Amino acid sequence: MTFRKYLVLAGVTLCASIGDSLLSRGMKQVGNISLNHLHDLILAVLNPSVALGILLLLGFFASYMTALSWADLTYVLPATSLGYVLLTLIAKFYLHEAVTTSRWIGILLISAGVGFVTQGPALTHHPAQAQPNERACEPASAAGRNDERQTMRAKR
Amino acid sequence: MKQAYAWSAIAAIVLASTTGDVLLSRAMKQVGDVGELWRQSGLWTLLGRVLRNPNFLLGVLAMTAAFYSLLFGLSWGDVSLIAPASASLTFVTNAIAAKIFLHERVDHRRWMAAVLVAGGVVLLAA
Repeated sequence: MTFRKYLVLAGVTLCASIGDSLLSRGMKQVGNISLNHLHDLILAVLNPSVALGILLLLGFFASYMTALSWADLTYVLPATSLGYVLLTLIAKFYLHEAVTTSRWIGILLISAGVGFVTQGPALTHHPAQAQPNERACEPASAAGRNDERQTMRAKR
Repeated sequence: MKQAYAWSAIAAIVLASTTGDVLLSRAMKQVGDVGELWRQSGLWTLLGRVLRNPNFLLGVLAMTAAFYSLLFGLSWGDVSLIAPASASLTFVTNAIAAKIFLHERVDHRRWMAAVLVAGGVVLLAA
């Protein structure tokens, strides 16, 4: 893991949390949408908060895809969950909201989870690229071979 | 009745976003390291390779379904139920799906991380 890769993970975290809160605010402004008026759902995009939220979620998507290109899904998801912690800290210190004890415990749990996952390797290695001491994942290698076989078949 | 709507929205979000995450993760592993590809062959080649990947397109489709289920859910039910419930369940279902379909090595550290984060997300909304 390089500094640049940690920056990408930070991008995933920030864009997702800020984008989600903007979407939530926007949809509250739009109001209830019923199944009989589906076009309201498309018009919801015209709300500025929803539009900005979608823009940030596009940024999230780009950095998320980048992260997934060099790290496992089960690494990226917990590692970027610090956004929840960030939102609570913003609520506490910027918006001066009361943060209950159970929320602080929630923050502790998430931080512990992030600590756990970032201690381990970011990617399940295939034997071809694995170091000798990391060769403990036969299922991944089997999947890799299957994928290669499928690609070969597709080419034929 | 409102609760039933909310929980069916949650189920739809969890199912669609887990499917999407797995497909997108598989697609990006097939594409390869984005940073290296960009340096070696430029942005357009990189974008072309990503956008032509069938898993990527299916993944985006699943994510779109998850996104609209979330919008529906948020307009019907409480954000304090739907957002954390779907988010925390997705961490656990993703760990299971990544192990089964992506053959990722989900060791005790990653299980602990998924469960701790899922629990933490629920507590944050409590």
